[in-house]
Amino acid sequence: MSMNNQGRPSQPGVAQDNDLPTISGDRGLDLEARLIFEIGRGGVTGVDLPDVKVDDTRLGGVRRKGAVGLPGLSEPEVIRHYVRLSRQNYAIDAGLYPLGSCTMKHNPRLNEKMARLPGFGDLHPLAPRAATQGALALISELMNWLTTLTGMPAVAMSPKAGAHGELCGLLAIRAAVEARGEKRNRILVPESAHGTNPATAAFAGFTVDEVPAKPNGHVDAAALKAKLGPDVAAIMLTNPNTCGLFEGEIVEIAKAVHAAGAYFYCDGANFNAIAGRVRPGDLGIDAMHINLHKTFSTPHGGGGPGAGPVVLSERLAAYAPLPLLVSDANGFRLIEDRDELPPGAKPFGRMCAFHGQMGMFVRALSYMLSHGRDGVRQASEDAVLSANYILASLKDVMSAPFGDGPCMHEALFDDTFLEGSGVTTLDFAKAMIDEGYHPMTMYFPLVVHGAMLIEPTESESKESLDRFIAVLRGLAEEAKAGKRERFEGAPRYAPRRRLDETAAARKPVLRWKPDPLPQAAE
Amino acid sequence: MRYLPLTPDDRRVMLAKIGAPNIDALFRDVPREAVVPLTAFDLPETKGELEVERALAKLAAKNVAAGAVPSFCGVGAYKHHVPSAVDHLIQRSEFLTAYTPYQPEIAQGTLQVLFEFQTQVALLTGMEVANASLYDGSTATAEAVLMAQRLTRRPKAILSGGLHPHYAETVETVAGLSGVVTRAPVTPGAAEDIAALIDNDTACVVVQSPDVFGLIRNLRPIAEAAHAKGALLIAVVTEAVSLGLLESPGAQGADIVACEGQSIGNGLNFGGPYVGLFAAREKFLRQMPGRLCGETVDASGKRGFVLTLSTREQHIRREKATSNICTNSGLCALAFTIHLSLLGEEGLARLARINHARASALADRLARVAGVELMTSSFFNEFTLKLPKPAAPVVDALAAKGVLGGVPASRLMPHETAAANLLIVAATETNTDDDFAAFETALKEVLA
Repeated sequence: MSMNNQGRPSQPGVAQDNDLPTISGDRGLDLEARLIFEIGRGGVTGVDLPDVKVDDTRLGGVRRKGAVGLPGLSEPEVIRHYVRLSRQNYAIDAGLYPLGSCTMKHNPRLNEKMARLPGFGDLHPLAPRAATQGALALISELMNWLTTLTGMPAVAMSPKAGAHGELCGLLAIRAAVEARGEKRNRILVPESAHGTNPATAAFAGFTVDEVPAKPNGHVDAAALKAKLGPDVAAIMLTNPNTCGLFEGEIVEIAKAVHAAGAYFYCDGANFNAIAGRVRPGDLGIDAMHINLHKTFSTPHGGGGPGAGPVVLSERLAAYAPLPLLVSDANGFRLIEDRDELPPGAKPFGRMCAFHGQMGMFVRALSYMLSHGRDGVRQASEDAVLSANYILASLKDVMSAPFGDGPCMHEALFDDTFLEGSGVTTLDFAKAMIDEGYHPMTMYFPLVVHGAMLIEPTESESKESLDRFIAVLRGLAEEAKAGKRERFEGAPRYAPRRRLDETAAARKPVLRWKPDPLPQAAE
Repeated sequence: MRYLPLTPDDRRVMLAKIGAPNIDALFRDVPREAVVPLTAFDLPETKGELEVERALAKLAAKNVAAGAVPSFCGVGAYKHHVPSAVDHLIQRSEFLTAYTPYQPEIAQGTLQVLFEFQTQVALLTGMEVANASLYDGSTATAEAVLMAQRLTRRPKAILSGGLHPHYAETVETVAGLSGVVTRAPVTPGAAEDIAALIDNDTACVVVQSPDVFGLIRNLRPIAEAAHAKGALLIAVVTEAVSLGLLESPGAQGADIVACEGQSIGNGLNFGGPYVGLFAAREKFLRQMPGRLCGETVDASGKRGFVLTLSTREQHIRREKATSNICTNSGLCALAFTIHLSLLGEEGLARLARINHARASALADRLARVAGVELMTSSFFNEFTLKLPKPAAPVVDALAAKGVLGGVPASRLMPHETAAANLLIVAATETNTDDDFAAFETALKEVLA
């Protein structure tokens, strides 16, 4: 072995296997994090504050008697804890994240910076009108972008995420139906719909009637029309749909729905495929939520926050919830009470406290201004192009149930190509983790067996797409060649092996609890 | 366009692979009449970072940030100092740009955070279980009412007159669909006799403490009265820091707690995004809305975390789910849990005591101004003053003098004539003695 002149070996030596257990439990850069409750202790804090005494005279007789039970940690311990935890997460910043229907596109950092400008991030929601004119102007500008891109006359800004937007749309529909003196309790929902659609319909007090899909992945328009009747309040249709296909009969469906006296709710989760090319208002849609955290790239944050503004047609605009944003000679103003309503407004109620997800509004507008109308259109086209490129590059080795024609922004595969291999969609997805990718959406939509829904978004370079395609081709070939061991044990190179979800549900442990005190020896 | 990696050459090569003559061919299912040219959109073209930054900074500059002037607005949104570490950590790519943890093997960071968050929320509220967050305090309150209606199979929810009016309207909007929502009278500075309204149809009573006027409510007798009639007590907290000084709702007998978590770790953001904390008794677990994170082991026996009990949720249960919620407030929950980890037991207790002491000092000071009366005999960091004239124009006049002097009660309840002269004022650790002096001087001038 060659040595440098301090006696330090400079040759790499021979690589050994990597199954050697370590003394620490950590492995190089794979660092474990104990729970804060296991690290923390009394008498330590990460925030220096003076020890002010207060008496009980103004505490209404309910001053806290016992401790909360929170652990104490210093700032370096807190930083280390969360940095270690962060490293156990996959993220779009680290690699391709092809979760179909979830739209993991690049999150520009400019948008983060803009949302943190003190005039937005440090603005109180109930500050006087004169102190909030810039914020109201920003909301107004974002409303203009949303109504222009969708070709719809009105938009309700307060819903806090997509499902909340669905609820807003259905409550507007309910109010419109009631205003006509009618009783319509049924909502038609295609079986390929997101789970939120039927859940929202039930939440809003409707009964759900499922509409089947045709063998080509499109909603069965004839079956849908046959189900229309005087008790149908609305249909909820996702377009492009969850199979990644544009519902070509949508205009005809809208006409039939309207002729039956019902309303057309569109789930706008996939608006990112058509923004800048197609206006939902031209298709006969009455209400559609827009997930700002999908189409307009506000970060998903490990599960939110989102924002779900709802665009509304002329037929529903009057029922938009409070607050309403109006402008007059003195600038912008929020109408928060029924006594101040403009003529014709009949809000169905209020979705939440205050005025919506302002922090997300700033990020979304920053995204829109950066892209411009041309960039928004190009983003949609690139998202569709990339998905079709993946479909075209993989359909010979994987099975695309509806692969005869082009798809929109996501490519759907089923598990037919795995038949007889002993490898399941789940195994296939977990093997992708070992290859450094986040898996695609699995087992959704429900209309195909073992679904794999791939949404590359517009954020990937061709080189990145080619590499991803090569990996999936390789995995598909290995599966077909019967090399099950790669799949069955996967993932091997993640912070955890497969987790026991059954055990978690059977005896739920939903919080840390201190170990019981050891019994005193008798 | 700086965010789009594909070059015109890439696009040509990709179209060729697909076998499509042009991009329009990929949109062939779109009805002809629905395809519009770019010029149909009356919107600007792409801009560079510098231009966007200029445009948005111009709008931001038209607002008066809470930290820029003496500021005393509260009523469900509170200005607190957030340690620098919080915003740094939540901007880590691995937290900021991850999705919901659907693949637990590569989402242990988010999942362990949620497990720790659930534990902290349960401890803080004095409850047995907590979920992984809802949108905000108001929607958490509405979900709590729906859950109580399911649990008791009774229709009626009785809302305290001290419940934040926006919360009450949010509850009415959803819980009024299949049930009955009754509001108790508004009694500023006093507790209404809500126990007298409970009957055998009552699913729940909803009581906020400190209430919208800042008054601390004693929940214990209300819990006893509710339980005696088979109803549940839903406790609402809009200022989470108060739980560091006041007895937890759980210890006072609450069955479900809905709490706004904004004031720990999160900025004001003009009203959102915030984070809804939701906690309950363990026996009600199966009817809880939202995501739950649970502990388990992996195939090699290592401790790990997963989303669990998802048979309550929309993606599995569809129209039979306990709620339609999907995306919640993950990153705001992360900010909450980091700030609370930094505070710890002692830090939270000190922060809460400072808030009470600051508000107490300000209340004494303003109550000495001629014609001003303190309406709330007990409070945490927010109190209500009765002014000798309507509060709304006073607030505007104070703003013109550079003081954001609280929220006029009439903004939230314009129909309550008794509330016209009431001003709701909050003070936190961020308010200095100079702020107090500026407020006092400006108020004297405006009332003179």
